Amino acid sequence: MSVLSGYEVRDATPARPALPTELRRRLHRAMVVGRAFNRQATAFSRQGRLAVYPSSRGQEACQVGSVLAVRPTDWLFPTYRESVALLTRGIDPVEVLSLFRGDRHCGYNPRAEHTAPQCTPLATQCLHAAGLADAARMAGDPVVALAYIGDGATSEGDFHEALNYAAVRRAPVVFLVQNNQYAISVPLAKQTAARTLADKAAGYGMPGVRVDGNDVLEVYHAVREAADRARSGGGPTLVEAVTYRLEAHTNADDDSRYRPEGEAEDWADRDPVVRLEERLLAEGVLDTEAVAEVEAAATAFAAELSARFDESPRRDPMELFQHVYHQLPPHLREQAARLAAELAAAHEEE
Amino acid sequence: MSETSMAVALNTALRDAMRADERTLVFGEDVGRLGGVFRITDGLTAEFGEERCFDTPLAESAILGTAVGMAVYGYRPVVEMQFDAFAYPAFEQLVSHVAKLRNRTRGVLGLPLTIRIPYGGGIGAVEHHSDSSEVYYMATPGLTVVTPANAADAYALLRRSIDSPDPVVFLEPKRLYWQKERVAFPVDTGPLGTAAVRRRGRDATLVAYGPSVGTALAAADAAAERGWDLEVVDLRSLMPLDDETVCASVRRTGRAVVVHEAHGFAGPGAEIAARITERCFYHLEAPVRRVTGFDVPYPAPLLEEHYLPDVGRVLDAVASLEWERVPA
Repeated sequence: MSVLSGYEVRDATPARPALPTELRRRLHRAMVVGRAFNRQATAFSRQGRLAVYPSSRGQEACQVGSVLAVRPTDWLFPTYRESVALLTRGIDPVEVLSLFRGDRHCGYNPRAEHTAPQCTPLATQCLHAAGLADAARMAGDPVVALAYIGDGATSEGDFHEALNYAAVRRAPVVFLVQNNQYAISVPLAKQTAARTLADKAAGYGMPGVRVDGNDVLEVYHAVREAADRARSGGGPTLVEAVTYRLEAHTNADDDSRYRPEGEAEDWADRDPVVRLEERLLAEGVLDTEAVAEVEAAATAFAAELSARFDESPRRDPMELFQHVYHQLPPHLREQAARLAAELAAAHEEE
Repeated sequence: MSETSMAVALNTALRDAMRADERTLVFGEDVGRLGGVFRITDGLTAEFGEERCFDTPLAESAILGTAVGMAVYGYRPVVEMQFDAFAYPAFEQLVSHVAKLRNRTRGVLGLPLTIRIPYGGGIGAVEHHSDSSEVYYMATPGLTVVTPANAADAYALLRRSIDSPDPVVFLEPKRLYWQKERVAFPVDTGPLGTAAVRRRGRDATLVAYGPSVGTALAAADAAAERGWDLEVVDLRSLMPLDDETVCASVRRTGRAVVVHEAHGFAGPGAEIAARITERCFYHLEAPVRRVTGFDVPYPAPLLEEHYLPDVGRVLDAVASLEWERVPA
């Protein structure tokens, strides 16, 4: 048992077998690359190259640990803050950022990646996860849905409806709450009177697990156990990962208006990337040379991403009318013709 | 050909759709053993089993939100919202996800999903059971909105809706559930998005849909006694609207009255009247009139007769169509 910022962390089963060395190295690499991604994307937002960026710096352990704990054929249901999770899944970083760059609502192919579009309306994706998981259960497929949600969104009605539905139907879902202590500016104490968010699971008749969300190995174990249980017919699990968002809600937010002085510094001392690195160095899983190699790879990754961002995406304005329906209805044919005529006129003027 | 009701037509359509495609699922509140509060899903669990027709927890957002996930996975869900006003908890799922998912994912995640909603008044129900909420759905790009006015269309439009690769809001006029007609199934009445001319006439066009089609037809009969020969168009589809059929009729008659139960202010009739005016201005002999529910909350059942458009109000509107002007 350990204590995190006044929160008791239960379910830290100390007798777990160590993860394979290769997996631990993989977790480390993904965390370091994820951190570099957060840094680069935040820089893009300051340079005006992204319309907005919700950083997950400080939450990389939750995102990396959970994605690597499930299979590539399992479905992820991310929110807008899950960039590092999407990156870890293997989605092109430019496609991860399409939503924030503003050229498309979803940059990647959700079916190919088994990953739903990044979801902005809070908690609504929990129901999609429950439905897809229930469908997989009915089809007899060994597919699990992993739904991401923040602490604030546990107050939404859809969170309740999704957990209840999933539990009643024994849908194979893992609901992962990244409790980063704030919903934009509102602290957890104003979201819930429950002792912990994991406690809410009891009301739905499902297991609730609370882990140190800044410990990637803990997150990995918890999500893996929950996913294994779901896959074998044991139904859903609520996992609360206690963590901290080290940056503001987005680049447009000012977190100095709501964070107590010194709080962020306390959490920075428990930085999940640093902690993992120190631990793996101490255990001999990594040496300084390996750490340097990963750092260099992350730096190169960020540089390549930056170079690819120099080219701005050119989208055909006629895309507006595509995929509203499977076929253009007459009124949209009329409107599309109007836009096409405007574009043709503008082209002639050039 | 035997006598049947719209309720039986809908039940038959669901049964036939489930037989035709095992990916078709039916779920909602009380749709299983009970067969739905209006018995539209009667016998489906018995025939197809709990896996294909099942009761969900009592949560409308969950019904629709999980249907999204099921449709993404490859099923074709047909969900029931028990009553018009009980569909509102699912509104966020409908507007932010159901309507937009195909567009957000550039065609990758289209949703073959049918949302059945009993709607409208005239059955003496207590409050929150008689809303005409179609305008909310019509105003949401990405949704298709249809509503039948007879048993043949009830069957045919529901089959077409379930077969559609897009989400369809299927509005069932609950006061027509028990109206008897002669129909043989299966029946097809044409693609979604097409209106039907129910009565031919020369002098004016009544545009109606769902529960108001009967009112319009009765008004046309009454008008004939006064010497007005009225045409009646049943829209069947509210989104998309069949401008072609409506405007062809209005260009012939030169006059139009839109009839619906829903509120008049910013209601479906406002859009329909505007489209007629934009497209048929030089054919019009009079302003397009609307006969609608008053802009008040749906009244208590003992007062609803004063709210619902009736033959008298339709005839008053027809009488106001500038008949003193010589037709072109």
